[in-house]
Amino acid sequence: MSGFLSSSLARKYAMALSAFFLIFFLLMHVTINLLSVCSENAFNVASHFMGTNPLIQFAMQPILIIGVVFHFVMGFVLELKNKKAQGVKYFKDNGAANSTWMSRNMIYSGLAILAFIVLHFIDFWIPELKYKYVDVLPEDPNRYFHELQHKFENPLRVGAYIIAFVFLALHLLHGFQSAFQSMGLNNKYTKGFEKGAKAYAIVIPLLFIFIALFHHFNH
Amino acid sequence: MNLTLKIWRQKGPNDKGQMVDYKVTDISEHMSFLEMMDVLNEQLVAKDEEPVAFDHDCREGICGMCSMYINGEAHGPDRGITTCQLHMRMFKDGETITIEPFRANAFPVIKDLVVDRMAFERIQQAGGFISVNTSGNTQDANAIPISKHAADDAMDAATCIGCGACVATCKNSSAMLFVSAKVSQYALLPQGQVEATDRVLNMVKQMDEEGFGNCTNTGACEVECPKGISLENIARMNREYLAASLKG
Ligand code: SF4
Ligand code: FES
Repeated sequence: MSGFLSSSLARKYAMALSAFFLIFFLLMHVTINLLSVCSENAFNVASHFMGTNPLIQFAMQPILIIGVVFHFVMGFVLELKNKKAQGVKYFKDNGAANSTWMSRNMIYSGLAILAFIVLHFIDFWIPELKYKYVDVLPEDPNRYFHELQHKFENPLRVGAYIIAFVFLALHLLHGFQSAFQSMGLNNKYTKGFEKGAKAYAIVIPLLFIFIALFHHFNH
Repeated sequence: MNLTLKIWRQKGPNDKGQMVDYKVTDISEHMSFLEMMDVLNEQLVAKDEEPVAFDHDCREGICGMCSMYINGEAHGPDRGITTCQLHMRMFKDGETITIEPFRANAFPVIKDLVVDRMAFERIQQAGGFISVNTSGNTQDANAIPISKHAADDAMDAATCIGCGACVATCKNSSAMLFVSAKVSQYALLPQGQVEATDRVLNMVKQMDEEGFGNCTNTGACEVECPKGISLENIARMNREYLAASLKG
């Protein structure tokens, strides 16, 4: 890694900024998904807009993919570098005495989320691409809600979603407030950020879980 | 108290090293941990065995030499103390205690529990100072107005004794708490402003070159630091470095 990302602090900012971006994306995603609980029509309108608007499709979507890939690749790079920096392992190491499980296992919660994203791509994104660009089926602005309901019929899929969102919550519980610290926002005036970040880490994954369960039991 | 000790023994920098078991008897709970180590070494010498090498100097928590990883924690199970301030009353009679050197690639083992922490010195030399002409006409420091908050925070940062417990306890072997304390103590004071940009850039560069890991904000360093150096210092250094990088 050369240039700007050669310094450990630059990597820290890059990790935090990509995290903020992904956290913002999650908020948008959960908002649209929540529409599906309130109104079939509203969800279809929003999904149709997201699925056909050229700005979203050809500008925001690639940026999102780059953001996700960057955050993962950087996560792995950091993990490998840090393993190397530690050298010989301790015979006895009591990490629980001074740090949270979440903070010590970001790589594992991250891997679980990565596995989920792959599943999510196979579930939603690839069929969507096939619909639009391979089969070139006529655009039907009312198809989205039923597709969603259909996906959540399978209890195994719902189970996998719930597990993934528990890992997302664990990842965010450390990651979100950690991103503030990385950007230098930690002093006596910013304690509220930490609380807000922890609340977000719990509420957003719970909403996703609620939506999956809602559609599983109401179709 | 009678104890079983599992201690890392390593003849020299290139020796592979291993954990070795020892028994010590009649340890008073009022002893400090280092006094217990002295008792063990006397027993070893009496048996014509090589005593365990460990670092120590002041034995009152100010020099930062007494690096030991005890029962999986830097400086052992107590808080806000160095190993020389750890008392045997923190342990139970009959307990097995593991004692290891501070681990990090940047802190190579010299012998047994003694590690080389010269990396910290080199980071200090890269920018942990202010250049003041002291040839007779030095200005009285009290002549420069400094806010109480800044003075207090700078003093808190300056209490870092360079012990390396932050690195030893960090799963990433990151030196951020140490370096941020050294950066902060000057960044908060008017005297530190002149060299502020170069200081943070050079010290971080040296930190990276020494092979310390990347901080992931686990916060373990703050908990294990004998001087209570706060993570707020790391956040301050993150701000300082960002500003310095933009300024160039
Ligand atoms: S920050 Fe604390 S733990 Fe780290 S070197 Fe300074 S005194 Fe030791
Ligand atoms: S021997 Fe000086 S701090 Fe412990």
